[in-house]
Amino acid sequence: MPDQNDLDTAPMQDQKLPLDAWHRVQGARMVSFAGYEMPIQYEGIMAEHLWTRDYAGLFDVSHMGQLQLIGEGAAEALEAIVPGDISALKAGKMRYSLLLAEDGGVLDDMMITNTGHNLYIVVNGAVKHEDIAFMRAHLPDAIDLDHMKEAALLALQGPKAAHALTQIGVEPVQDGWPVPGDLYFMEAGPFLWNGVRLGISRSGYTGEDGFEISVPAEHVEALANALLEQPEVKPIGLGARDSLRMEAGLPLYGHDMDPSTDPVEGNASFAISKTRREEGGFHGSERILKALADGPARKLVGFSIDGKLPVREGAPIFSGDSEVGKVTSGGFAPSVGAPIAMGYVAAEFAAADTLLEAELRGRRVSMKVTKMPFIANKYHRRGKVK
Amino acid sequence: MSRYFTEDHEWIDVDGNNAAVGITDYAQEQLGDVVFVEVPESGKELGKGDDAAVVESVKAASDVYAPVSGTVSEGNAALTDDPSLVNTDPEGEGWFFKLDLSDTSQLEGLMDEAAYKEFVANL
Repeated sequence: MPDQNDLDTAPMQDQKLPLDAWHRVQGARMVSFAGYEMPIQYEGIMAEHLWTRDYAGLFDVSHMGQLQLIGEGAAEALEAIVPGDISALKAGKMRYSLLLAEDGGVLDDMMITNTGHNLYIVVNGAVKHEDIAFMRAHLPDAIDLDHMKEAALLALQGPKAAHALTQIGVEPVQDGWPVPGDLYFMEAGPFLWNGVRLGISRSGYTGEDGFEISVPAEHVEALANALLEQPEVKPIGLGARDSLRMEAGLPLYGHDMDPSTDPVEGNASFAISKTRREEGGFHGSERILKALADGPARKLVGFSIDGKLPVREGAPIFSGDSEVGKVTSGGFAPSVGAPIAMGYVAAEFAAADTLLEAELRGRRVSMKVTKMPFIANKYHRRGKVK
Repeated sequence: MSRYFTEDHEWIDVDGNNAAVGITDYAQEQLGDVVFVEVPESGKELGKGDDAAVVESVKAASDVYAPVSGTVSEGNAALTDDPSLVNTDPEGEGWFFKLDLSDTSQLEGLMDEAAYKEFVANL
């Protein structure tokens, strides 16, 4: 069994995460990902996936780029290169957005938070240096762009995440300010833990309730240990992160979206704010608004798979003899108990319940276009009755 | 009966001209949770090094090669219903296929258990 198609063991030139030694002590298998040696799994992808859905999983996502945009007019300036209504984003709120090339192609997806005194942005690790260069080139010199290289990023995800975070004693920055449990989905704020300042948001990439925690790298190990002491918390690797996000119907940049895709076909029209649809004025807005009005020529959709054979990235999709698309993500979905996939198909085949086939090693596998997410999201939304 | 091992982390149990083939405990550990196995049908002729079976874990697909030449006498049907047998009992119930060997001299280049252990220890 020599060919592991997807992953190689980590080559020497990869950077080490602040928690590198900690991962190894936890029994992680390390692989090369986004220029870092990263934990793919600890006890096993299946067990880690299911644990996160039932309890709380701790993910080290310090490979991601944490940026700050500082300066008067930063939000307005950013709106030239993202399609979200950033200037209307209130302090303490965050939004999913997309970094757009001049032609409207997606250079990255990102989370943008208005901290009240700057914009805090999290971008994908694999393209963070390209993102920074692109943003620097397209933003006025008066706006400072700070790459927070000294900050680590943890994600704590799952139904017990809020309880675990409360148990370790995360406190408000000032009396009367919120505790993490007061945050709703897509809200963020500053907090203190053992005197260490944390930036915490109620967000994540698993479809579960949970938090993302920005912490100075020199304190990340103490924080990870404190969280791991909670009986409901286990460390979770990249493997389960991928299967969790697929079940949640969340696209992975570089796979389900890339510079050749626009936001409309990429199932990310929700990231194009209402005012921006009316006013345009962002990279590729003409093309993107036209695609919004006319409907895209192809579309990113989810697939349920017949049988047990996983359909993976790159598999061509057929309707009869015609090739109508390509799989961009796929694998076994532990909570679904069957393989699932995502991919692009010509718009006429994008309706739910359309029957198609993927070709794998010369054979056809039946798939059905399925509304995403595959597993219902459990975000802690404001206004939702518990 | 003797057990041989390959550098591709397969084991092969040989009894006269008959052999059973599977992947080693080290291999299943590297693969992680196995979710799908495709074994060859009986009657299929395999040359040494040919693609013989496919094993898919949660994270990746891998080929299993024929460690020696022969004709498949049986594929392990139990793996279709319960692929996780490869994880729980890789060197027993999780066997992949049985072969009628066409050239037993091909066994000479393979490792015995002690040699394989050392091979894995040096990876």
